[in-house]
Amino acid sequence: MSDTIVPLTTKKDWASDQEVRWCPGCGDYGVLQAVLQLMPELGVSPANTVFVSGIGCSSRFPYYMNTYGVHSIHGRAPAIATGVKTARPDLDVWVITGDGDALSIGGNHLIHMLRRNVDVTMLLFNNRIYGLTKGQYSPTSELGKVTKSTPLGSVDPPFNPLAVALGAGASFVARTHDLDRKHMTEVFRAAHGHRGASFVEIFQNCNVFNDGAFKDIVSREQRGEMLIDLKHGEPVRFGADGHLGVMATKDGSLQIVEVADVGEDAILVHDKHRQNPGLAFALAGLSHDDHSPTPFGIFRQVESHEYSSAVSVQVAHAYERNGPGDLAALLRSNGTWTVK
Amino acid sequence: MTSLTKEATAPLGVKSRDAERSKNFFALGLVSWLYTRPVETTTSWITERFKDPLVRAANEAAFKAGYHFGETTELIDHPFKVPPAPLRAGEYTNVTGNTALAWGVIAAGQLAKLPVFLGSYPITPASDILHELAKHKHFGVRTVQAEDEIAAVGLALGSAFAGHLGVTATSGPGMALKSETISLAISLELPLLVIDIQRGGPSTGLPTKTDAGDLQLALYGRHGESPLPVIAAYSPSHCFYAAIEAVRIALKYRTPVILLSDGYLANGSEPWLLPNIEDLPDISVQFATELNHIAEDGSEEFWPYLRDPQTLARPWAIPGTPKLMHRIGGIEKEDGSGNINYTPQNHQLMVNLRAAKIAGIANDIPLATISGDEDATTCVLGWGSTWGAITEAVMRLRAEGTKVASVHLMHLNPFPKNLGEVLKRFENVLVPELNSGQLCRLVRAEYLVDAHSISKIQGIPFTAGELVAAIKQRIL
Repeated sequence: MSDTIVPLTTKKDWASDQEVRWCPGCGDYGVLQAVLQLMPELGVSPANTVFVSGIGCSSRFPYYMNTYGVHSIHGRAPAIATGVKTARPDLDVWVITGDGDALSIGGNHLIHMLRRNVDVTMLLFNNRIYGLTKGQYSPTSELGKVTKSTPLGSVDPPFNPLAVALGAGASFVARTHDLDRKHMTEVFRAAHGHRGASFVEIFQNCNVFNDGAFKDIVSREQRGEMLIDLKHGEPVRFGADGHLGVMATKDGSLQIVEVADVGEDAILVHDKHRQNPGLAFALAGLSHDDHSPTPFGIFRQVESHEYSSAVSVQVAHAYERNGPGDLAALLRSNGTWTVK
Repeated sequence: MTSLTKEATAPLGVKSRDAERSKNFFALGLVSWLYTRPVETTTSWITERFKDPLVRAANEAAFKAGYHFGETTELIDHPFKVPPAPLRAGEYTNVTGNTALAWGVIAAGQLAKLPVFLGSYPITPASDILHELAKHKHFGVRTVQAEDEIAAVGLALGSAFAGHLGVTATSGPGMALKSETISLAISLELPLLVIDIQRGGPSTGLPTKTDAGDLQLALYGRHGESPLPVIAAYSPSHCFYAAIEAVRIALKYRTPVILLSDGYLANGSEPWLLPNIEDLPDISVQFATELNHIAEDGSEEFWPYLRDPQTLARPWAIPGTPKLMHRIGGIEKEDGSGNINYTPQNHQLMVNLRAAKIAGIANDIPLATISGDEDATTCVLGWGSTWGAITEAVMRLRAEGTKVASVHLMHLNPFPKNLGEVLKRFENVLVPELNSGQLCRLVRAEYLVDAHSISKIQGIPFTAGELVAAIKQRIL
């Protein structure tokens, strides 16, 4: 970060003059509002911020931010953002993507951006459907999903986005949902503050092509018994008065239990800073459908070697060691001879 | 040769298995005797190159044994002697095409006063460009070995958006994968250098062999109406200048440029009369720093697609610049404001503007020049690495008394403004190419000249003798 003083901004300074064109009722509006609300609180300037997106409904996002932005091509946002950040580590770089964009056509770039741990904040809008192309199943659609492209039901099992991210070695992995502005804001704030690649999955409702995909978990009526809010350093408990909890069993898997049955001490205490991603992976896999208790919050946040600064350090060291490049000397570096 | 090499290296304690690896130096020694070459250059190179004393000693022993074998067995009566070539006075180095190209990219970054950013994925015969650039970080060069060819060009394009000189280097299969991102770069109107070191195709084809089959890929291998400038290097040392010229055009016109080289140039080397650094062109660019448009309500704003009336290039405003925040994307944009625009007339206008911008570069490049006999009835038209063979063939024909001219193209899109007029002066236009006649078809279509293709697609270059025969067959 530079030492320049960043002028105070308001939400208005971060919104562009473009008309927002998602379908009425789309979950994307809530995410946009959460980001717009957060930005003035981060102490960064619009001129130093870049939003990069791929293709899909969510990828229209950069047009609505009064920052620098690239609406790129399908799946490639992580690669382009890595280019921006590696060239200019001084910039604040965000990637906006969706389940099809990041996990299908752009899967390779996703895992490699996470592996390199490029200091970029990625928001993955997961609505479990292809919305922009009007309703085909996505790599996060449940097995058996009936869509225009799978009239008899899909036969390929879905990805668990968090498991993919953890498998790629992501140093920051979190999940939130589009109905809780406060939760989103806090998760985004932590993701932005993390030095390294931050991966945030957002359960986002597509009210046109996959309405209610997450309602059994995130609706106001269900949240109490279905949403497990992970809090660092606290026992993983949920439900009315925290009567339910998550317990590690002898084989390393996790199990949902009545706290009264096992005792408070048996309940897993969440540690997002654990280097070994095993427990985070188990938490990510705790729910395997859209109708059972599902953890939200920050699964993993660990310090790790960051890519863009490492590249810059190598350039700086080369400069210190060799001085500024001398073109005339370079052309003579393989030896010369003179013809008279 | 194996047993002679083993014999020569055994006294040093070299194992029989390792001795075989010095066989090439035995052969080199023998050839050095055959052509009466001085041995000191090679022996000092061996000393320089091999750090392991045993390997060094073995190679030197094998080299000398080969040389002496020729001498003592008097293999042939009269060894050949190659006199020094008549070269212009000056300081020379020996350079391969890929090294010259990498140095050209570094030079272009210096001349443009921009940091260089190479995104690349290993591929034969282009990897040496990545290797060479990775060595020179103190020139402000960043190199990233990307996860794939698509990411490689994506990284380069991202760096260009951020204000770096974005470069990617690959060969045919990689070009195919980069196509969509190159189209994005055309739509974003950002500078980008795409280097294609051609090899035999299709598919894996002949990865280590030369070919010129990617000309039409470079010109047309994208979706939609997506013209871009194409430049071809014609000799190993020319790769240096071609890289600077490609970057000059990319920066000035805010466009991706495809630079074509090939396996023959990439790995071939030649003596290069070193340029004076001061004589290289200034290709520096100005980033936008000011608002450039007055809105209807009288307020000042920034229009990312407000074009320079001369070049039709748009302003390059890089992140970090106060007040110039803007969003660009692959969706069709309104001319000027850059806002998304789907209207029929705007799309036609933008297609036309993008095409006119590239076509206009013809006013900014040298005219085609004729070598040889201007009053000949036959002209040999070439591009790329055929330059050496064509030049030699034309020289031989003229020495025999046959009148012939030649034109060699560096700019393949747009063509030099006078190319049609030049070609129409000749009865016969012959186009030797290491492909099935891609340039030949192009000049026929473009200028209605009755050009004939001389084609060779064997993974090896033309020889001058082949071209002399082919040209004679056509014109005599």
